[in-house]
Amino acid sequence: MKRAGFSTPWLPVLLLVPQLAIIAIFFYWPAIVALHSSFYLQDPFGFGSTFVGLENYTHLLGSAEYRRVAVFTLTFTLLVTFFSLALALLLAVKADKVLRGAKTYRTLLMWVYAVAPPVAGFIAVILFNQSWGPLTELFGLFGHTYMVGVNFNDTAFAMILASVWKQVPVNFIFFLSALQSIPRSVREAALIDNRSASGRFWDVTFPLLAPTGFFLLIINITYALFETFGIVDTVVKGEPGNNPMTLVYKVYVDGFRGNDLGGSSAQSVILMVLVLALTIFQFRLLERRIHYT
Amino acid sequence: MRKPKLSTVTDHAVLIAGSLFMMLPLLMILQMTTIPDTEIIQTGPTLQIGDQFDDNLEKAMLQASGFSGENTGMSMLKNSFILGIGFAVGKIVIGMTAAYAIVYFRLRFATLAFWLIFTTLLLPLEVRILPSYEVVQRLGMLNTYQGLIIPLIASATATFFFRQFFRSVPEELVEAARIDGAGPVKFFVDILVPLSKTMIAAMFIIMFVYGWNQYLWPTMITTDEDMYTLVRGIKQIVQVLEGAVVPEFGRSNMLAVVAVIPPVLVVVFFQSWFVKGLTESDK
Repeated sequence: MKRAGFSTPWLPVLLLVPQLAIIAIFFYWPAIVALHSSFYLQDPFGFGSTFVGLENYTHLLGSAEYRRVAVFTLTFTLLVTFFSLALALLLAVKADKVLRGAKTYRTLLMWVYAVAPPVAGFIAVILFNQSWGPLTELFGLFGHTYMVGVNFNDTAFAMILASVWKQVPVNFIFFLSALQSIPRSVREAALIDNRSASGRFWDVTFPLLAPTGFFLLIINITYALFETFGIVDTVVKGEPGNNPMTLVYKVYVDGFRGNDLGGSSAQSVILMVLVLALTIFQFRLLERRIHYT
Repeated sequence: MRKPKLSTVTDHAVLIAGSLFMMLPLLMILQMTTIPDTEIIQTGPTLQIGDQFDDNLEKAMLQASGFSGENTGMSMLKNSFILGIGFAVGKIVIGMTAAYAIVYFRLRFATLAFWLIFTTLLLPLEVRILPSYEVVQRLGMLNTYQGLIIPLIASATATFFFRQFFRSVPEELVEAARIDGAGPVKFFVDILVPLSKTMIAAMFIIMFVYGWNQYLWPTMITTDEDMYTLVRGIKQIVQVLEGAVVPEFGRSNMLAVVAVIPPVLVVVFFQSWFVKGLTESDK
């Protein structure tokens, strides 16, 4: 960081204090509390707590229920990430190509960015309404009685559909801006070298989009893990039961509803480690990120 | 007239299909706000537009759906605006000042401050939700706007964004300002802030939408119905209105529409700023 800069001693401190105070109180303190209480067993009636070492963790990792939720979260994350990236890429490539109505398409394809996840879940619940939901009727035509909240796979599908719908716009915006920043000269050179449009796409455009793709991959994984909370909560209508749920939702259910503070904190810590791993992976990828232009 | 090529036709077909995929769910919700509830429970959403829109709007905005009689659509709309604007302004002010200190000053503990701040990018609020709740409870900030907004600000996205931007501002500007005798405060207010106008606008849009759409945190922090935001209220609305003898779909869908319209309008109208801010924040 090479900056001429000012050397007033007190001003920068004053400027940094609000930010540092807020993160100390609302970030570091809670994070330390989570770490601390993950080693304790909390009395459910509030009469103190006992140190149990790693018991909360071993209990979690040995629990079939936790493994079930982890497996679902993994599947859910993979499907949501794959479909929202693939759909967005397809739409961005087409939107970059057309001349007529390009702006209108762009607006129509990105406004859902501003829709809150629980509203997306709310819409999914209506689409799959038991007695008259349009998608329930569509599945009915194929002889499947769709039951959100009762059938595990049906509920999972509704969640995935809502999550993909909500996430396509972000990916679309990033892919489109990456496509538009590909220099004209590169496109023209490709046009001379390669006659087939799909050949040009896979050999030239796709590798050029790779850095954006990697960046979005991390963004989408984080989205599927954390930000889908509102979708999960509205689709299962706050009644987890045997319904599919994600790891973050379980942290909330166990800690807030079940009053299992130690177990919930241990789950938080596991998620923190997961996010840290993802971030380190992202930084290593970025370091090796190839720039063609 | 030139005959359109086959590939152009398929391009448009794909884009139209994509647009319909994005639009139809909202259009369905909108249609359901225009027909009587008794009709919805028989047929569900249809293609015809009814005349109940005004009626449902009035019920949704002015009548409470909860027990305390205080969570009318109007009060939730007000809270949503307070959360969205308060969050965006707080985040920008704190982010800009912190980024200014980090980029433009020679500080002994600059690296430490930098890492303390940027570690917060790693852990979303969702992961540390319970201990955060306890801290807010201990500070007596449950059911307050401060308790709602400040903990959400405890992450460095805006600081990081402004740091990137400040570093792209030519160094000669600071030197010129210093030669002209401008102090750090004057430089910030008269030069840096006007230069950052577009960035501030872009950040404001992104942060407003982010704050408006918060769900988990408001769900935990606000239990008084007069503190509900639209997005936080959505589950409750669904349970109360659609659990009635004649489920009030018209009203609940209207509230969902009201929850969606303001952020969507902001994003659509300030599209170019918003897209620029989003793609340049490329972490």
